[in-house]
Amino acid sequence: MTVDFSKFPNEHGHFGPYGGIFAPETLMAALEQLNQEYQSLKNDSAFLSELSDDLRDYVGRPTPLYYAQRWSESLGGAKIYLKREDLNHTGAHKVNNTIGQALLAKRLGKTRIIAETGAGQHGVASATVAARLGLECVVYMGADDVVRQAPNVARMKMLGAKVVAVESGTRTLKDALNEAMRDWVTNVDDTFYIIGTVAGPHPYPAMVRDFQAVIGREARQQVLEKEGKLPDALIACVGGGSNAIGLFHEFLPDEGVAIYGVEAAGHGLETGQHAAPLCAGTPGVLHGNRTYLMQDKNGQIIGTHSISAGLDYPGVGPEHAWLKDIGRANYVAIDDEEALQGFRDLTKYEGIIPALETSHAIAYATKLAPTMDKDQVIIVNLSGRGDKDMNTIAQIEGFEF
Amino acid sequence: MSRIQKKFEALKAQGKTALIPYITAGDPNPNATVSLMHLLVSKGADMIELGVPFSDPMADGPVIQKAVERALKHNVSLDDVLEYVRVFREQDEHTPVILMGYLNPIEAEGYEAFSAAAQSVGVDAVLTVDMPPEESMGYLEALQGAGLDRVYLVSPTTPESRLAAVNEKGSGFVYYVSLKGVTGSSELNAGDVAEQVNRLRGRLSLPIGIGFGIRNGEAAFEMAQLGDAVIVGSALVSLIEANAHEDLYEVELALGKKMTEFRAAIDRADAQ
Ligand SMILES: Cc1ncc(COP(=O)(O)O)c(C=O)c1O
Repeated sequence: MTVDFSKFPNEHGHFGPYGGIFAPETLMAALEQLNQEYQSLKNDSAFLSELSDDLRDYVGRPTPLYYAQRWSESLGGAKIYLKREDLNHTGAHKVNNTIGQALLAKRLGKTRIIAETGAGQHGVASATVAARLGLECVVYMGADDVVRQAPNVARMKMLGAKVVAVESGTRTLKDALNEAMRDWVTNVDDTFYIIGTVAGPHPYPAMVRDFQAVIGREARQQVLEKEGKLPDALIACVGGGSNAIGLFHEFLPDEGVAIYGVEAAGHGLETGQHAAPLCAGTPGVLHGNRTYLMQDKNGQIIGTHSISAGLDYPGVGPEHAWLKDIGRANYVAIDDEEALQGFRDLTKYEGIIPALETSHAIAYATKLAPTMDKDQVIIVNLSGRGDKDMNTIAQIEGFEF
Repeated sequence: MSRIQKKFEALKAQGKTALIPYITAGDPNPNATVSLMHLLVSKGADMIELGVPFSDPMADGPVIQKAVERALKHNVSLDDVLEYVRVFREQDEHTPVILMGYLNPIEAEGYEAFSAAAQSVGVDAVLTVDMPPEESMGYLEALQGAGLDRVYLVSPTTPESRLAAVNEKGSGFVYYVSLKGVTGSSELNAGDVAEQVNRLRGRLSLPIGIGFGIRNGEAAFEMAQLGDAVIVGSALVSLIEANAHEDLYEVELALGKKMTEFRAAIDRADAQ
């Protein structure tokens, strides 16, 4: 396989048959303007140095690559390293992207920021950059997620954002995205829409990937320093797919590196109650791009289920759809119970409480590591910390919070 | 010549502006749609825009979102919508029918299969909100091959550079979205629309329909002076919501009254 991964997407935002710009007419000009601005800035040295200064001084990068020795030894296989995105300011990888998009918003002269959020991490990261730049911020969040991620709702409000609970549809992330799109169509003149994952119409999937790719660039250098070789496998959870593509992208040309994206199997793939479009869905068009979707035979999007709000989404970024089809990445699924066990394991062996989204990647590592040799190396993207999930965990484990 | 083209030419010869009402297929229930279509025609509709329900109507405001939810409670599918058109055509061969919706149900069916099926039941045109001309490869050819018109949207934000593609790839008419916003928004400014429509006239050879935000006779009167067609949606759909009971009688009464208001306003504008 000799694919030049740097050539994707093409100028129309296509990754093979996936991606593109399937947007309402009112947004086409704004998307074109954003694309032009982004294409000119992404190689602009002043922009890039402002971005990297912010990532160092405000976000706290580079994040460590930590060898989880006790956990690895308990599994009796490969050495597992954790890329510590949980140590970023605001507690997840999401801020890598909001810092970048906020710089763009500023350059485009926009005064108002909107965002959708599931777990609330992207909402918090958006509210944070808005506060820092003195911009108005409105965050759309499914009404069910407002309840299960209450600590993040409080953080957003404290940061001065308005949080709108979306009651339509399935009251989760996809409906928040619909509502944010409606806001953008209405307020396109003064508003910048910070999409939180590698989905949406072009240029978002490429742009968000580029902002998150710092994860993989750092990890590649760090693992070479620590191990003197490339890793044998990468693992990351996949909601829309931004933390996953962020880790994977730098390694795509390295054929010896196996890549695993972990979707949410919810109550189990066989029950239909899950959020695993790559493992169990079919291609279609939603939220501005063509990708794998959870849909019925009539092309209606079907309700998803996951214990983690950030993975509870019926679509996935188009680049993942393409990587699946060309066989460069493998996509697997972890159910709610397995994810909870991953959450407990990492907390117990390493003293690190992961987000429930991240716990899906942890759980897959507990399956993969024992099948590998002790001198082999896995990097797991520790996409976020679990503070936001204390309500959910308290309910399940039966303690007061 | 397509049924839509013929209709516009006939209206033009009489100096008239078309009235195009929108309803969501299957709202308030699947049995209602065909009779509501006939009612709209009897109250002065020149063409009908029939909404195809989709689970994620991201360009629609709350009124049409709820209409779609009512239809989807009955699992109304694209195939069902085509069946309503087939039954409608048994009694009405002349009124053009335009399907309006989102791409995914058409993707699921396949462009070719959908186009053939739509043509065979008597659909005249398709307007897909999230399918801009740039992505239309395959879609365009399939519709064209089946003799269906392709209606594209143009908005206040559409740059000059994109109008040529709309003019070249579109057919039937162009749907001018009269404001920045979702369906059912209310801030229509006749002065802005006039300026924009004048801009479009120089660039587009197709007839121009104006829609979004036309809620009453007064707005329809103003828009009829600018466009070749006036498209009304949320103002009618909200009446379906308010009057949906066991039988359709009250819905028909309310829709009929509102249609009469729109028709009279447009006729008044045409008579000037
Ligand atoms: C900690 C964390 N990990 C992962 C995700 C999933 O998003 P993505 O797949 O875009 O990384 C989220 C989303 O909210 C999150 O908060």
